[in-house]
Amino acid sequence: MDQYKKSPISRPPTLREIVTDLVFRYTCLAFAWLTIAVMCYIVFEITWKAGPAIQEYGFGFLTSQTWDPNTKEFGILPEIWGTLYSSTLALLIGSLFGVSVAVFLSEGYLGNFVFQVLKLFGVQFHRFWGKMPAAAETALKNLVELLAAIPSVVYGLWGIFVVIPLMRDSCNWLYENMGWFPLFGTRFEGTGMLPASFVLAIMILPTISAISRDALVAVPPKLREASYGLGATRWETILSVILPTASGGIFGGVVLAFGRALGETMALAMLVGNVNTIKVSLFSPANTLAALLANNFQEAGSDEMKVGVLMYAGLVLMAITLGVNVIGALILQRATAGLKGLN
Amino acid sequence: MKNTLFKLGTYVALAAVIVATTGCGSGSGTKLQGAGASFPAPLYTSWFKEFSKSHKGVQIDYQSVGSGTGVSSVIDGTVDFGASDAAMKEDEMAKVERGVQLLPMTAGAIVLAYNLDGVDQLKLSREAYVDIFLGKIEKWNDPKIAATNEGVNLPDLDINVVVRSDSSGTTYVFTQHLSTISKEFAESPGTNKAPNWPVGTKSKGNEGVTTSLAQNPGSIGYVEFGYAMKAKLAMVTLENKSGEFIKPSIASAQAALAGVEMPADLIAWLPDPEGKESYPIVTYTWIIAYKKYESEEKLKVFKELIQYCLTEGQKSSESLGYIPLPETVVEKVSAALDNITVGK
Repeated sequence: MDQYKKSPISRPPTLREIVTDLVFRYTCLAFAWLTIAVMCYIVFEITWKAGPAIQEYGFGFLTSQTWDPNTKEFGILPEIWGTLYSSTLALLIGSLFGVSVAVFLSEGYLGNFVFQVLKLFGVQFHRFWGKMPAAAETALKNLVELLAAIPSVVYGLWGIFVVIPLMRDSCNWLYENMGWFPLFGTRFEGTGMLPASFVLAIMILPTISAISRDALVAVPPKLREASYGLGATRWETILSVILPTASGGIFGGVVLAFGRALGETMALAMLVGNVNTIKVSLFSPANTLAALLANNFQEAGSDEMKVGVLMYAGLVLMAITLGVNVIGALILQRATAGLKGLN
Repeated sequence: MKNTLFKLGTYVALAAVIVATTGCGSGSGTKLQGAGASFPAPLYTSWFKEFSKSHKGVQIDYQSVGSGTGVSSVIDGTVDFGASDAAMKEDEMAKVERGVQLLPMTAGAIVLAYNLDGVDQLKLSREAYVDIFLGKIEKWNDPKIAATNEGVNLPDLDINVVVRSDSSGTTYVFTQHLSTISKEFAESPGTNKAPNWPVGTKSKGNEGVTTSLAQNPGSIGYVEFGYAMKAKLAMVTLENKSGEFIKPSIASAQAALAGVEMPADLIAWLPDPEGKESYPIVTYTWIIAYKKYESEEKLKVFKELIQYCLTEGQKSSESLGYIPLPETVVEKVSAALDNITVGK
């Protein structure tokens, strides 16, 4: 019995342990609640400040197309359209590239390539070079994720100085030869929807590729083996077994990326042209809610109504983002419901 | 042992960070914080740099955030001085308890810069450039443009108008001029720091517009003369009040300034200057000082700074594309410094 008490494993917790345990637990709880409280406070504050504008403009704010501080006419339909359009476009381009990169990184294509190169020199199993294939994959994965660390302004400048000049000739060729097609219906003047969406696509690519890669890696090996065992080729396995299995995770990444695309500010303010028009054409300048806020907030300062109008626009942006995330979560739930029990 | 060393290292690093962050705040020097117009920003930045060099321990920080923000920062009291090329309105001045003193510091011309392959000389009549900014002229080969440009091969290309996206004094001065010469413009967009433009893509700051113009063939926009000069953009020769076509230059802008008398509050406008040699779009730009400063130290440095700008500074303005103030104006501004005192 005496021996039992002295054992380090079964001794009762000391007072110090109990206290630190409690402190830790309540600190965590407090921070969790604080996060929720801050969130609620932000929503409350924005709604409060938006109050006068909501009363003044009501629902018409969402359907009117003029933004004129002089006559105090405010409407954000073009911005809502621009926000959704640019994000959707960016998502199309971004998920195409993002999922491809994820497949490339998770299915051993790069590793195999490096292995073959090493084999040419006959050093594929050498103790220095043997780990190269795996290292190359990790390096590329980190490199893609590093895209997320580049500041938004740098993306904007890159868009202005590199992307737009690169696009100009081919876009204007499309306009001149296929101008009848609504997507190519206007001349490409520089800033506009396409360069904005393209740069946005690159900005959300790390989110999509990182999450998709994790989802692909998590697909149980037995599925792969079973598929190969049935005689499927590598591509058949990827397309009809692995991708559908990981689709839940990939979709989750896409929804997250969409959220980021909706709220992206600086790069868009620099590239989208900031013009209140609703056009289907990819080449015409447009505007987004976040860019509108970025451009007008600085000097709204002392004017209560102007702040109110901008807060109202911010509220709409929040509602859109929330809506997208809720819909995404619902679809995700339904999509993954059938896959339970696989793991 | 290793652990102790690591801990020690952390403490040293932490201490270094604390010293570094508090060090700049409580340093021996005086710091003046200014913000506002992007129009004179290149000039101010060079002045302030030179001034800091010759005055040890004095740091002057200027942020080129646009006249609108310049004025609102003065009202909010977040800066030591503001800058604006739309001056300040009566009701804005009334909001500042400490009172404000506007000091014209320099003057500049607003030019129409453009980017059009193969066209290095472009003349625009008053009607033509108003119509471009009203969206009524959409093509470069429009007859109204062609009329004043005989022998120039104008392409059949859409005009891409570039305007400012932020609240801007440059815009204010430019729209003031357009409103003066065109009734239609006065009615619809009107004189404003951020008007509702009927056409155009928008870029932020003089810097942004300059970049947009340089990057996009077929575009035209308004920027401060110095910015256009530095970016080597082609500038339009504009028709003035007397019907002459005037090239933007320091001399033609000086000619415009010569005809204006500076009033007692130092706010003078030249919406459409008289004179055969005058360039049509010229403006003074102001530094906004408080009438009362809490710290004697700050006030002393501020007055020294302004004196420096009015004397030594004026000499370097031409090389950066700004117009030196006329002698009479320098005297008036210098005298106005006496209105600024210590107090609450």
